[in-house]
Amino acid sequence: MTGSVTGVPGSDVLIHARGLAKKFGGAMAVAGIDFDLHRGEAFGFLGPNGAGKSSTMRMIGCVSPPSGGELSILGLDPVADGPAIRARLGVVPQEDTLDLELTVRENLIIYGRYFGLPRQVIVERATRLLEFVQLSDRADDEVEPLSGGMKRRLTIARSLINEPEILLLDEPTTGLDPQARHAVWDRLYRLKQQGVTLVLTTHYMDEAEQLCDRLVVMDRGQIAAEGSPRELIERYSSPEVLELRFDPGDHQQAAEKLAELLDATAERMEVLADRILLYTRNGDTALAAARGLGLEPITSLVRRSTLEDVFLRLTGRRLED
Amino acid sequence: MGGSFALREFRSWLTNYRRTWRGSIYSSVLNPVLYLGAMGLGLGTLVDAHHSASLGGVSYLVFLAPGLLAAQAMQTAMGESTYPVLGSVKWRKVYQAAAATPLRPADIFHGHLLFTTMRLVMNCVIFLVVMTAFGAVRSPWAIAALPVAVLTGLAFATPIEAYAITLAKELTFSLWYRFGLIPLFLFSGTFFPISQLPAWIRPLAYVTPLWHGVALCRSLSLGTATVWPALGHVAYLVLLAAAGIAAGQRTYRRRLYV
Repeated sequence: MTGSVTGVPGSDVLIHARGLAKKFGGAMAVAGIDFDLHRGEAFGFLGPNGAGKSSTMRMIGCVSPPSGGELSILGLDPVADGPAIRARLGVVPQEDTLDLELTVRENLIIYGRYFGLPRQVIVERATRLLEFVQLSDRADDEVEPLSGGMKRRLTIARSLINEPEILLLDEPTTGLDPQARHAVWDRLYRLKQQGVTLVLTTHYMDEAEQLCDRLVVMDRGQIAAEGSPRELIERYSSPEVLELRFDPGDHQQAAEKLAELLDATAERMEVLADRILLYTRNGDTALAAARGLGLEPITSLVRRSTLEDVFLRLTGRRLED
Repeated sequence: MGGSFALREFRSWLTNYRRTWRGSIYSSVLNPVLYLGAMGLGLGTLVDAHHSASLGGVSYLVFLAPGLLAAQAMQTAMGESTYPVLGSVKWRKVYQAAAATPLRPADIFHGHLLFTTMRLVMNCVIFLVVMTAFGAVRSPWAIAALPVAVLTGLAFATPIEAYAITLAKELTFSLWYRFGLIPLFLFSGTFFPISQLPAWIRPLAYVTPLWHGVALCRSLSLGTATVWPALGHVAYLVLLAAAGIAAGQRTYRRRLYV
């Protein structure tokens, strides 16, 4: 991290957006959003596909001019100062943009050259970064045959070659298997520990919960809520959730019966296609009460509230479909 | 700053080219040897037996070679400015990778043009050397045909790259080759003087950049070039190349900054 003059003087705001909008033809992809990113935090955009997360990311990455509103990145204007801003950003795009025909190391070297770094610096950093993403033993292999998780880790290594002040990650683990996702999360967590400022988009609530200090919930181009994962859950959901699954034939009838538990035992109920969710202080008490109504669910599960529940509450829809 | 940015993109093309340069050199040498051998010497013997006055009193080989020099520059330009450009933005997405760095779309475009120019220079130098080895050069002015052939290539490369980046599908390219490149190759005065064409079709040949390249390369190689026509040809080619550069700066931007 450099100690250069960035952001608004006297503050540590690295990105400042007010009324930020992006229009494609007639469609509003981002419909006027406000947010600030502070140095050292991990900030997330959580929302389903098509919520406007990637459009926002591309505007921050200075490869998509805003259609309206204010946006300042590192105190600079993304339209006028694109090259100067991008020199200080690291970008992990949604789709890998690695050169598959080159070797792992060559990919880093080409990318480092784009930033005008001297060869010696690039070579030294490439070695260190490949060690960081655990790809040292593949350094001189072609990229093509690498697994999806390895390619992602290489993309992360590449995005760090210029020692960026802000790292942008657009859906960093989409399409990866669980093991590969955890390996990526582990690396990102380490970066966070090192004080790198992260901005990420995701439609995985567990990813947002694990990595983000603060996040905004996005839906249809707008910000529905903002806060830390803990705060959002406390504000928009109950401590526990009782998930009940019934025989499809009894599903609707059970929902009508369970409505009797509202207010006294449960604060809220969500009837999904395959399950019924009861939002409650105490899941076991609610389950006993449900059984007291003569209901026999096929399966029942008591769990803590998650960001998924927050999203459901705010939008009436689920995050991942 | 812009120039050095374009150089960074150029270097990434060079890094890629390191993998394929050997094969490309073989075909760069083999191509003129085959064409000059088969058409210049083989077919040329038949043509020369009939002693055609419209060739300007030289052997068919000497007539053909400079035309082919310009025509292969066009082919090289096509090769570098079609699939590699669309591939970079559509399949390999290396253009998007570069656009996330300090490079601007125009730098990415200029970087590829530098690489295209390098490939043109390589192929044209090889062609001139082979041509000379075949004894197909009449004047020391032939050396000036080198920049002219490169310029001919660029008059094709810049507008084609500008257009290629806008495409969604590569199908368009096979249409260009079939209905653009091949007719130009055959009817722009490379294999026979366009005075042999019906009068009504000749104006069509005059507007094609290849005819200007062929005519100028030929007059230089034969040592018959005169100042004003030469300047006219150069001006026309420069104009096309410049228009292509202006267009490409816009189209690259539109494709990469969505």
